[in-house]
Amino acid sequence: MDNSPSTTKKSYQKIAQQQERKRPILKNCIYAFFFGGLICTIGQGISTFYMYFFDFTEQTVGNPTTATLIFITMLLTGFGVYDHIAQFAGAGTAVPVTGFGNAVISAAIEHRSEGFVQGVGGNMFKLAGSVILFGVFSAFVVALIKTILLEWGVI
Amino acid sequence: MVFLWSFIVGGMICVIGQLMFDVLKLTPGHTLSILVVAGAILNGFGLYEPLIDFAGAGATVPITSFGNSLVHGALQEAEKHGLIGVVTGMFEVTSSGITAAIIFGMIGAIFFKPKG
Repeated sequence: MDNSPSTTKKSYQKIAQQQERKRPILKNCIYAFFFGGLICTIGQGISTFYMYFFDFTEQTVGNPTTATLIFITMLLTGFGVYDHIAQFAGAGTAVPVTGFGNAVISAAIEHRSEGFVQGVGGNMFKLAGSVILFGVFSAFVVALIKTILLEWGVI
Repeated sequence: MVFLWSFIVGGMICVIGQLMFDVLKLTPGHTLSILVVAGAILNGFGLYEPLIDFAGAGATVPITSFGNSLVHGALQEAEKHGLIGVVTGMFEVTSSGITAAIIFGMIGAIFFKPKG
């Protein structure tokens, strides 16, 4: 009975835990801070451009900035540069909206060989879908509660 | 000055994401989902807009702002049309990010070949 699936699974996890290399957390955080900050600063530059030349306010300028950043992400992903940066930057490239764009665009390019309908269309939101699902659902709950509380005059 | 604050605040949000990767050992999918939910909740308490005023793109570029703008659009419509506005206004503010991702994903798939 020693070889029952649960024991082997447990001992595997134990061995895997011992063998796992320690992650350089401090180094990763510094890289994430630097690259994430850099992407946001570039975004701020684009925002300033849109606010100066077009009619956007500080609250609305996020929209065109997001679209522009995703366009840049498409070029970097397509030429294979984004993955190289992401290897150092970790969360620094995943957390900004460029990471969301990269997840969609790289899935679209990758599954191109399976055709446009089954491949690109079916897999485009494979990675980014959970962000949209949980974003929309949590936003629904939050907005619903707040609207009800406002209508009751609680807040 | 807003450039410096956007660098620092944006960087800090990314460090939180990195800590969730490394310390809590979450997958990128889990991390991003949690951050989006956090953005939605922060907006619910009215805390995200002051952050945007303060840090500019440092608050609008990280994925947390996706949750924030979803709630923002829903509440805006709810003010006008009551409860049904929560559903109809959901993507009011966020449409650009999703539209851009779909359009540029399609263009990328047409023009680029997969690497490696």
